[in-house]
Amino acid sequence: MSMHYFANPTRFTRLAGRIQPWAGGLSAVLLAVGLYLALVAAPADYQQGDTVRIMFVHVPSAWMAMFCYSFLAVASAVALIWKHPLADLAAKASAPIGAGFTFLALVTGSLWGKPMWGTWWVWDARLTSVLILLFLYLGYMALWQAIEDSQKAAKAAAVLALVGAVNVPIIKFSVDWWNTLHQPASVLRMDGPAIHPSMLWPLLIMALAFQAYFVALLLARIRMELNLRRIRALRLAERAS
Amino acid sequence: MTRKRRRLYIVGGFMLIFASAAALVLMAFEENIVFFYSPTDLAQQMAKQPMPPNRRLRIGGLVEEGSLGREKDGVTITFRVTDTVEVIPVRFRGLLPDLFREGQGIVAEGSMAADGIFVASEVLAKHDETYMPKEVADALKEAGQWQGKVNEQ
Amino acid sequence: MESFMQFAEMGGYGGYVWPAFGIVLAVMLFMWIAGMRGWRKSEQVLASLRSSRRQREDISE
Repeated sequence: MSMHYFANPTRFTRLAGRIQPWAGGLSAVLLAVGLYLALVAAPADYQQGDTVRIMFVHVPSAWMAMFCYSFLAVASAVALIWKHPLADLAAKASAPIGAGFTFLALVTGSLWGKPMWGTWWVWDARLTSVLILLFLYLGYMALWQAIEDSQKAAKAAAVLALVGAVNVPIIKFSVDWWNTLHQPASVLRMDGPAIHPSMLWPLLIMALAFQAYFVALLLARIRMELNLRRIRALRLAERAS
Repeated sequence: MTRKRRRLYIVGGFMLIFASAAALVLMAFEENIVFFYSPTDLAQQMAKQPMPPNRRLRIGGLVEEGSLGREKDGVTITFRVTDTVEVIPVRFRGLLPDLFREGQGIVAEGSMAADGIFVASEVLAKHDETYMPKEVADALKEAGQWQGKVNEQ
Repeated sequence: MESFMQFAEMGGYGGYVWPAFGIVLAVMLFMWIAGMRGWRKSEQVLASLRSSRRQREDISE
């Protein structure tokens, strides 16, 4: 089965219709369990006390911020190279979700930084590169809005998405390459997670809940973009006749 | 060569060139990206090219155990910042973050005074990437297996 | 009651922990409602466009 099997919009819509409710339901269940674990069951940290609970929403938000951008960049590359009919729409549909998660990562980080570091914000490499990520999302969305011709808009936005993709590894490794106020990675690191299992499990469940949420919302948004494209085509045909 | 393959090469080549350019720029601006100097960094910098006094900069390291003291006025505190190699004495007057304590990683912003003491105007706490409940931390300490990331800063 | 107060206080950090969780849930809920509403609306518009087109085709025949 080739990649083009799902490129067929009708087939995609049928498949999406089947996955979407499951992903949505899974997300709701995992979110409920995750919130209970994060706020009630998980212990306070030996150093950071109860502020460590902010990690359970901050870290999944930040992961999703980077995951959404990676998805957006790959979809844009597929659109540019293989002219896959759904790729542009998938990239466009993922951008607002990624922007939302980036915003949440920044705000929750700020709410965590004030009591622990003693500041809402610093211009270190990690925080600055995540702020740039937010601007990349906003710029990407603005580009789609700014260019009338949707074919040209798709191409310009895809190029911007690929240029911005350089920022993703910079975010990930900023804490290793330069001195930053932000601490290095706790979970995805060479020596294995540096988080006690009693905190790691709630974190992973929350991360899974966010991922399922992304899948359900992304499918709905792609279907919306597909419908909007069909609506535009129908209206154009009407005007022509 | 098919058109798809040609587009693949163009996009791939463009990404490669752009990523290398970005890497070069980041390396060139490394000094501006670094958020703080460790005491060793600062000592090397001073040996190479002494900094003009009162230049604003940030230093980061651990608050040396047993170095925390208070001056006679009761509000100014003094401590030493170390990276286990070099040591910088610091003087600070103001609000400390909750995490501030001996053995903790901190970042201080301020300038070098003529007497070799770093006068800080702001002190931020830096924590490491380990998270665990208090009971586990206590048990580890008791068993003598505490590795506290002291040397990893 | 007392244990609930203790829970809400979050060891003195309630003023940071609760807003963090609150804004995450609020933004996720907003994105969800906006996304689903937009999708359903697009389905309706598309359906009505298609049915009106079919009607006109029937008349013209």
